[in-house]
Amino acid sequence: MTTRRFFIRNSALAMVGAGAAPLWLERTLYAADAPSPRKKILVAIFQRGAADGLNIVAPHAEPRYYEMRPTIAVPRPTRAADRREDAAIDLDGFFGLHPALAPLKPIWDDGHLAIVHAAGSPDPTRSHFDAQDFMEAGTPGVKSTADGWMNRALPCVDSAARVSPVRAVAMGAVLPRSMRGPNPAVAVQNLSDFRVHNAQASSAFQEMYANSRDPMLAAAGRETFEAVSLLASIEKTPYQPAPGADYPNGRFGDCLRQIAQLIKSDVGLELAFADVGGWDHHVNETGARASEGQLAARLAEFGQTLAAFWTDLGDRRNDVALVTMSEFGRTAHENGDRGTDHGHANCMFVMGGGVRGGKVYGKWPGLATEQLYEGRDLALTTDFRDVLGELVRGQSGNRDLTKVFPGYTPRSLGILGTRGAAA
Amino acid sequence: MVLSGLCVYAEKDAPEASSFRQPMAKDCQAEHVLNRLSFGPRPGEMQQIEAMGVRKWIDLQLHPERIAENPVLEAKLRPLDTLDMSTATMLQHYPSPGMVKAMVEGRLPYPGDPDKRMMVDRLAARLQQKSDPDSKPEQDLAALLDPQELSQWRNSTPEEKLVLLTSWPRDRQDEVIESMGKGMRMRLFAAAGPDLRRRIQSANGPQAVVAEDLAEGKLLRAVYSHRQLQEVMVDFWFNHFNVFIGKGADRYLVTAYERDAIRPHVLGHFEDLLRATAQSPAMLFYLDNWQSVGADSIAGVRRQRGLNENYGRELLELHTLGVDGGYTQKDVTEVARCFTGWTIRQPQRMAEFEFNPRMHDNGEKMVLGVRIPAGGGINDGLTVLHLLAHHPATAHFISRQLAIRFVADNPPNALVDRMADTFLKKDGDIRAVLETMFESPEFWSRGAYRSKMKSPLEMVASSLRAVNADVDFTFGLTNQLNQLGEPLYKKAEPTGYSNSSQDWLNSAGLLARMNFSVALANNKLPGVKLGESMPTEGVTLGSPDFQKK
Repeated sequence: MTTRRFFIRNSALAMVGAGAAPLWLERTLYAADAPSPRKKILVAIFQRGAADGLNIVAPHAEPRYYEMRPTIAVPRPTRAADRREDAAIDLDGFFGLHPALAPLKPIWDDGHLAIVHAAGSPDPTRSHFDAQDFMEAGTPGVKSTADGWMNRALPCVDSAARVSPVRAVAMGAVLPRSMRGPNPAVAVQNLSDFRVHNAQASSAFQEMYANSRDPMLAAAGRETFEAVSLLASIEKTPYQPAPGADYPNGRFGDCLRQIAQLIKSDVGLELAFADVGGWDHHVNETGARASEGQLAARLAEFGQTLAAFWTDLGDRRNDVALVTMSEFGRTAHENGDRGTDHGHANCMFVMGGGVRGGKVYGKWPGLATEQLYEGRDLALTTDFRDVLGELVRGQSGNRDLTKVFPGYTPRSLGILGTRGAAA
Repeated sequence: MVLSGLCVYAEKDAPEASSFRQPMAKDCQAEHVLNRLSFGPRPGEMQQIEAMGVRKWIDLQLHPERIAENPVLEAKLRPLDTLDMSTATMLQHYPSPGMVKAMVEGRLPYPGDPDKRMMVDRLAARLQQKSDPDSKPEQDLAALLDPQELSQWRNSTPEEKLVLLTSWPRDRQDEVIESMGKGMRMRLFAAAGPDLRRRIQSANGPQAVVAEDLAEGKLLRAVYSHRQLQEVMVDFWFNHFNVFIGKGADRYLVTAYERDAIRPHVLGHFEDLLRATAQSPAMLFYLDNWQSVGADSIAGVRRQRGLNENYGRELLELHTLGVDGGYTQKDVTEVARCFTGWTIRQPQRMAEFEFNPRMHDNGEKMVLGVRIPAGGGINDGLTVLHLLAHHPATAHFISRQLAIRFVADNPPNALVDRMADTFLKKDGDIRAVLETMFESPEFWSRGAYRSKMKSPLEMVASSLRAVNADVDFTFGLTNQLNQLGEPLYKKAEPTGYSNSSQDWLNSAGLLARMNFSVALANNKLPGVKLGESMPTEGVTLGSPDFQKK
């Protein structure tokens, strides 16, 4: 299967190959002045380590929440000026954002941020490794899936000549599981470093690969140098984020800044991936106050980054949907170390111009003991593939979800409204 | 220079069936076997094995016990003491923060060695300090050194720091090392000798040394071992029975796994290899079998735990029959029932295989149409392994995997069938199956010659061999392998890394190969020295031709 698809791709490349102008010169294909170059883009964020959904979007109207988390719960929303900074930011009278996520509140208020609660993978595993693997493969419980859901989500194209070399980009050194598979996907650690470091060697390599008798290596070489040229052309002037888009220092901010750069450069990006670690808070999840401690620090970076990305997108917001996920949630009860252990359902964020936001989607399962999954964790009421499936269909135009999520039929939650389609 | 003497054919998309019937030119044979049975030719090596006779060289490689190991390799492996340690000793000498805490609280015994005991105390103090947000490493250094020493320390080069450091008593040295920032430690490491290096490495967090030793050992063996085929086979079988060093307790279990379960059997009988992996704590932990409990067993009833099918499924799909091997979901469940009770004794202390009858499902099972009577205990699992190891689907699946690795991405079925015949006739004798393959016309055909893409490990090792590089330490190389997409021992999925060429073809990977080549040839890789820098070789090593084998 892999082999066959790879060869189809390369024979398509071979057809335009010999004698034709080098593809890397044809940047106009992807440039803003080319016919309908603008793609709908789906950005997926993976929070590795199992983020604590119950403290990120806290069910502050649930008395049980405060009973189960006597020392680490996010306090109920308040108007009292001296306590507001440490209290949940009310969303709908029932749920509240962690105070460190304050930068996301204006996006919520504008109706561009939706939350899906009690969502995640139905597989019962509490192993980070297995759960991430299942979620990225898009096939919970099936270990033999060779490729990732994002790779399968790339729509097929008829002519390889019109395909951007950077349709699918993952920020990082290695292609993540989500993007692995037969379709071309590029791992980029740093846009300004996506090149052969030695200019002389670079042109020698380019020529050697172009002249290789091995068609697969010749094609891969061409793809590579196309991507290098394309990315070099947008790197000529240092990227200036839009005014007010203040990305925090650190890897996650760098990743989202570069994804915004790719989007705004019209290089043909369709799918982007970034991950952010450090959510596995078994001990001292919260500091002395809700706005302090490990979770608050991670969320401050997380929220500021997403808000900066949103500001940076400017008039491209209608083309973009961003979704967040984490392999599983954490125990409803706090543990003996002011932390939480591995749990089950979690919350997901969806942000975008076409998103019907300002709403928490999904059925709330409740926190009474008999309502908990295996008597300890938030139960799952929305399969993560429902959320991703709707976004894949809406953003990539890939309507054949049976290939993206084999063995599962995603149901739409209606997160992408008609507003997005009309825009 | 590296590629001189190459014979290049017009390479085709997919070797046609007929190309496996056309023999390659005789003067390509030495290069071909060195590309496939070793980690690539060293300068002059092709001529050597031509003089010896290619077939004779292969026969020698199939009997590594007859080859004297390279003393250079042995000397380089000697400081990597975790490679020879029992898991229990390793847990004591290279403890994780959790274990340090357990030792201090008396839940785990302290190490016997006084130096190691002091290390545990310092680690405990450090952990305590880490939870105090106000402390900074620089302040520690100020507390350890008098003002004059401190200013001398701060204004010195790494080489001068080494002189200063070694003028102090050993425990003070260790305190200073542990108070340094990570960047400074790295610079000092590059300048230090083996003993000090070891202590600097430990100061970064002793448990990380275990994984670093493993990766370093693997790279050094690939580059220096005279028993090249053995090392290729260790790589093949480890990957076939993949475990992931990043999954919990496997951080400490993979060393013994490769050394005791894989390495002794790489050219032996498949059933021995299969049983060794099935009973290894690393595999039991990785695929969760150690927690799998029979529903009606004593432990199952009391602890409300149940069957975990993870190992049962991968055993059939990846280790033996193959996904098309003709088994059903019912077989997976029945196999999993047979292996209930195969668990790990004291995962944090001894980490040894144990059969626990209280977890075992004692009922009757039916596996692949074979009835396994009730009450078999540990024999249920052994029966399943025997059945699988002699199953025609296994013979075929394993033969095909070997042919993909050694012959071509799409090996001819006729070859795989003959290898499978040998497998069944010779009781799963891996050496005999390899002999059938190495004697086949397909192995020596134009269809096989230079038809495969090197994996990142093969690319890195063959480059180092091609330029006769001296490898002093390997963290620079393991970083390169991360960039190239094959972080050693860190393949999370049980499938292992692909044996097939195209999975290594992607833009980031190709760029990383080119950048690695240029850095190596310009003598810019930390820990790797060339006699002289040879910039033109960078382009050769990164070329399309050098990516093939």
